[in-house]
Amino acid sequence: MSPTAATGASRLLADRIPLEGVGRVDVERQRSVVDALRTFLPDHCLLWREEDTRPYECDGLTIYRQLPMVVALPETEDEVARIVRICHQQQVPIVPRGAGTGLSGGALPHGRGVLLSLAKFNRILKVDPLARTALVQPGVRNLAISEAVAHLGLYYAPDPSSQIACTIGGNIAENSGGVHCLKYGLTLQNVLRVRGVTSDGAIVEIGSEAPDAAGYDLLSLVVGSEGMLVVITEATVKLVPKPLKQQVIMASFDDVEKGGDAVAAVIAAGIIPAGMEMMDKPATAAVEPFVKAGYDLDAEAILLVESDGTPEEVAEEIDRIKSVLDGSGATRIAVSNSEAERLRFWAGRKAAFPAVGRISPDYYCMDGTIPRKRLGEVLKAISTMEGKYRLRCANVFHAGDGNLHPLIMFDANDPDSVVRAEQFGFEILELSIAVGGTVTGEHGVGVEKIHQLCQQFDAATLEAFFAVRRAFDPAGLLNPGKAIPTLARCAEYGRMHVHGGALKFPELPRY
Amino acid sequence: MDAVASLQERVRAAAAARTPLAIRAGGSKDFYGNEPRGEVLDPRGHAGIVEYEPTELVVTVRAGTLLAELETTLAASRQMLAFEPPHFGESATVGGAIASGLAGPRRMAVGALRDFVLGARLLDGRGNVLAFGGRVMKNVAGYDVARTLAGSLGTLGVILDVSLKVLPRPVAEQTLRFELAEADAIRRTNEWGGQPLPISGTAWFDGQLYVRLSGAAAGVRAAHEKIGGSLVAEDTLLWAELREQSQAFFNAGTSRTRVLWRLAVPPTTPPLELGSTLIEWGGGQRWIVPDAPAAEIRAKAAAVGGHATAFRGGDRSAVFQPLDPGVAAIHRRLKSEFDPAGIFNPGRFYPDI
Repeated sequence: MSPTAATGASRLLADRIPLEGVGRVDVERQRSVVDALRTFLPDHCLLWREEDTRPYECDGLTIYRQLPMVVALPETEDEVARIVRICHQQQVPIVPRGAGTGLSGGALPHGRGVLLSLAKFNRILKVDPLARTALVQPGVRNLAISEAVAHLGLYYAPDPSSQIACTIGGNIAENSGGVHCLKYGLTLQNVLRVRGVTSDGAIVEIGSEAPDAAGYDLLSLVVGSEGMLVVITEATVKLVPKPLKQQVIMASFDDVEKGGDAVAAVIAAGIIPAGMEMMDKPATAAVEPFVKAGYDLDAEAILLVESDGTPEEVAEEIDRIKSVLDGSGATRIAVSNSEAERLRFWAGRKAAFPAVGRISPDYYCMDGTIPRKRLGEVLKAISTMEGKYRLRCANVFHAGDGNLHPLIMFDANDPDSVVRAEQFGFEILELSIAVGGTVTGEHGVGVEKIHQLCQQFDAATLEAFFAVRRAFDPAGLLNPGKAIPTLARCAEYGRMHVHGGALKFPELPRY
Repeated sequence: MDAVASLQERVRAAAAARTPLAIRAGGSKDFYGNEPRGEVLDPRGHAGIVEYEPTELVVTVRAGTLLAELETTLAASRQMLAFEPPHFGESATVGGAIASGLAGPRRMAVGALRDFVLGARLLDGRGNVLAFGGRVMKNVAGYDVARTLAGSLGTLGVILDVSLKVLPRPVAEQTLRFELAEADAIRRTNEWGGQPLPISGTAWFDGQLYVRLSGAAAGVRAAHEKIGGSLVAEDTLLWAELREQSQAFFNAGTSRTRVLWRLAVPPTTPPLELGSTLIEWGGGQRWIVPDAPAAEIRAKAAAVGGHATAFRGGDRSAVFQPLDPGVAAIHRRLKSEFDPAGIFNPGRFYPDI
């Protein structure tokens, strides 16, 4: 969403059930925390004046904004631990932050808390080519890892669309994905070990450079925990060999459902492609004038299927994929004949978000995952919602793993359009749950989807999530109010939800 | 067969009376972990495949289902549990496989058991049914508790059912043999690991390195040409025997004094010189029958950044590597949150959880 979105945000749902830590900065409290941190943090590592903290008021989800009370930018693990200990003593919430590119508000500041930026932890500490691992600090950018090891014929596999800017620490917090997850996994499958600070200031190491670690598999909990369990100070990531060859097939379909069936047919044939992406007609229409990727503009959907491996493997797999797509009613099939052509086929998919941003003042990106077989039905329902909310929507789809990104187009300068976009989005999320999926495949819950979790999980399971949190952070100081809704919040939301669009509590205070 | 209600009743009664429960289905992994204690809770009444959609690559199955039955069903659609769980007996169930968290030869290529757990329902120590994760590939809503159940040895609750990611069986598979000393085998497998080769299993013992290639037929052929080695006939049996530990290396027998250790170490770790050794997972998993005392084995594993498990045999009072204090505290709190009365498999994993 573009940064202009905040102007229209005043009627948003979040304002009606206030998020935790929203409101004006308490000057007394701010002074007390700043004084304590100043005893060991250099001046350039501490920000509290409004003109300095303003740039941190939101992450990639700009619809929600909040000034942090204090921003700390430590340079060493010892400084991180001391900051955390002081916050623990003074009961001050801590919001960890990487590059701030997250799309769900996971790094939204806390008005009574410290925003802990790991931006200065930006060094790759060690690369072990034989073991195929890299030891990195959390502020290292995702793409910088692959760039640093390219000469070894290795790379770091997860490739979220923001990989040029997003950091590995943020990727770990969100368990980020990308377009190659089906074959290479999400962040969890590509991080071996993390080191970090728990809310009492203790240093812990979780996971191992060995295939597993003793005890419970805590790494599964920490990766994707949205900064609520541990502040990461170091990570060992797995590097994988760069495939010798990559080739992509582009297929057109005159019906989205046929495209969805073709995806299932590829999998039924026993093929796990390196990437399998689908775009609907509104999406190709948005990108084609922008990037000239050569997309078939008559197609209701186009499918990109990538094969990677040795030249022999790729030649065999491409043949098999091609015959499956032929048999699935593809109206046009093109196979990339050169690296330039492969990149051109992908350029459109990769430019889908900015291209939609070009034809609409603002857009709202959703992130549900659905069973693939329900794709046709879900896309039809979204198309009906376009009429209902009077907003256009383009759909791009990580078809291999069922992760759908509808891009709802709206105008942030029109408050009514903002509210309609938000309700449109929520209806898509609720539909994702109803068909057996999830509200978030790779962007995280943050503040954005917190209410939908009330529908996805029952009360006992939500309580178990809090139990996990207490096991790591008994004081509840790390990124409070994100990712997991309290039962009280769910009850409040449930009451509002019954009344649908007509929100019931306009008189609720805003803090 | 859905037995949630009766399991719930049993758990609630046990919690009220603080009666320890030893969760045990087929008993194929009775040998693993610290000595079990408590009244046996047999979850096999809760069995059956709930949903299997081959094109979604997901199966949802009740924990009491026989592992063999699940694998037969998947094989009919030319799919598999890619982490190749060891059965250790015909009675092995899905729940036991998840709780033990063990994986076979293909783990080095495809990931651990936990990487295939998409969701799970758990009966906690209050008798509540909790539903974590889901049935889709990509899901970051809520903490990933379902994956943490993998290898938790039943100490967090009774696993009721799980949704697992499944994969197609490879089109072609081939095994190559190389005569190599231990250190050379470790170096060679790691060098190959950095190249785009379809290696899906390695095993070194008795001065021989076995390498399994899986994938497209042309890719397997090309890889064979590239790395050489002599073709092994009957290779399916070899990998099954390694997975099930029926291979001769494991057959020497274990006892109170003769212990089979499992060391998980960074794959490039040089030979550990602790005794008779079988190496899997590209160097990451080492089976050792040592002469050295436990303390020395643990210290050596820790020194290289790994951990050691007294896998079979020994006195079974401290099977797993002790945890660092900070991590141990998280374990204790997690246990007491999920199982406040401490009834599930007490002591089986660690004395205090």
